[in-house]
Amino acid sequence: MNPLAAIGRAFLALLEAIGRLVLFAFAAVTHIVRPPFYPRILLRQMVDIGYYSLPVVALTTLFSGMVLALQSHTGFARFSAEGAVAGVVSLAITRELAPVLAGLMVAGRVGASMAAEIGTMRVTEQIDALSTLSTDPMKFLVAPRILAGFAMLPLLVLVGDVIGIFGGYIVGIYKLDFGAAAYIDQTWRFVETIDVVSGLVKAAVFGFLVTLMGCYHGYRSEGGAQGVGRAATNAVVSSAILILVFNYIITELFFAK
Amino acid sequence: MSGSGEPKIRIRGLHKAFGAKSVLRGVDLDIGAGESMVVIGGSGTGKSVTVKCALGIVEPDRGSILIDGVESVGLKGAAREAVNARMGMLFQGGALFDSLSVWENVAFGLVAAGQRTRREAKPVAVETLAQVGLGPEVAELMPAELSGGMQKRVALARAIAARPDIIFFDEPTTGLDPIMADVINDLIVECVRKLGATALSITHDMASARKIADRIAMLHEGRIVWSGAVADIDASGNEFVDQFIHGRASGPIRMAVRG
Repeated sequence: MNPLAAIGRAFLALLEAIGRLVLFAFAAVTHIVRPPFYPRILLRQMVDIGYYSLPVVALTTLFSGMVLALQSHTGFARFSAEGAVAGVVSLAITRELAPVLAGLMVAGRVGASMAAEIGTMRVTEQIDALSTLSTDPMKFLVAPRILAGFAMLPLLVLVGDVIGIFGGYIVGIYKLDFGAAAYIDQTWRFVETIDVVSGLVKAAVFGFLVTLMGCYHGYRSEGGAQGVGRAATNAVVSSAILILVFNYIITELFFAK
Repeated sequence: MSGSGEPKIRIRGLHKAFGAKSVLRGVDLDIGAGESMVVIGGSGTGKSVTVKCALGIVEPDRGSILIDGVESVGLKGAAREAVNARMGMLFQGGALFDSLSVWENVAFGLVAAGQRTRREAKPVAVETLAQVGLGPEVAELMPAELSGGMQKRVALARAIAARPDIIFFDEPTTGLDPIMADVINDLIVECVRKLGATALSITHDMASARKIADRIAMLHEGRIVWSGAVADIDASGNEFVDQFIHGRASGPIRMAVRG
């Protein structure tokens, strides 16, 4: 076998896959803005993505804030800069940890279940049935999910910001013996609007990506139960990779000098 | 065939390949208005693909499907939805939406097409369920709570709820015991007759085919190899038909071991 031909085939297959995904994303976005709309389904998805992800996002950001306070205190104590702990915790939570961790958690919880649900609908012909009942599956299944992900992730991250900073506060006050007023004052002085806004923009993009990948892999699944399982796995893995890639790109856009 | 001579559905030269595998190789089929046509054939001969082409779920590579003389191949968006609004489909596995209750499944097409609001559609759904022998207590159940036979009835109710003038049945008796299969066959005959609809069914169940068909066509290797009245099938003189209806392993039809 010619190795160059194999590389060429793999590269063409990659381009084809990217093209399919971009076309799918474009179709999904156009369906979001064109009627008919399905508010009941949108509301159900918003509750599922937003409300039911709240515990897992809250726990993740709480403990991340706590461990960040502990670790940064250990590091800063070497330079007698313990006073920077509150600022570092709040910056890290708002800019990076809350959006990335919330994105990854939602990818695991929601992206996989979306891929499995839509994948099962595909292999049991429910998606074909939608087409025969005057309903566009892209509009009915995909558009509400992507819109819900795009809208709810920023809200989740906003809550995660507060809880993560609160985690750092608890450790700072009760373990590291900071004064409560001083810790809060440090947090206010360090955090700027752009820190929170950049985190929320990341969250919106991650919400779009997670739901897009869940819908895309579910929609294209084939081959019965094995295919549905593969779709769920692919949805989580591709979401996680895209979250990390886009996290760098958005950080670069916001903060690169 | 309709009195005017114009078939309700006219399929000509339908071709479809999936990768290197050619499934349909020039299907020609006419179905008259109010006629019940059954397409028989072995697994993998292209029966389901033919129906999915007619519904616009699968895009044929070439060929024509005229419905009331109007080309339906290549229709997209609202034009396709308008054609599909006149059609009903009973899927092989039922394909009921498992996140919706039974009445919501039956009423789905009515609400989606804007014919009824949800509130108006519910009594219509309950009435349609009664037509397939299911009581109002079933309406609030979820599909997972129903037996296979009941799911088929609900799927039939969904297919006829919008009073379509064309109904497709994909293996309507697959997976059912013989008695329930006969009940479903009777329901299909009754519903199609009451609606005055044109029906295209695909099956490899000969008992079902004999019961619901006015005419039968046999599909083999992507082409129609015989068609005629149901009464003529035992004397078709076609070796493919003879082998199929008698279920003989030997004959011109060679079953592929792998797809």
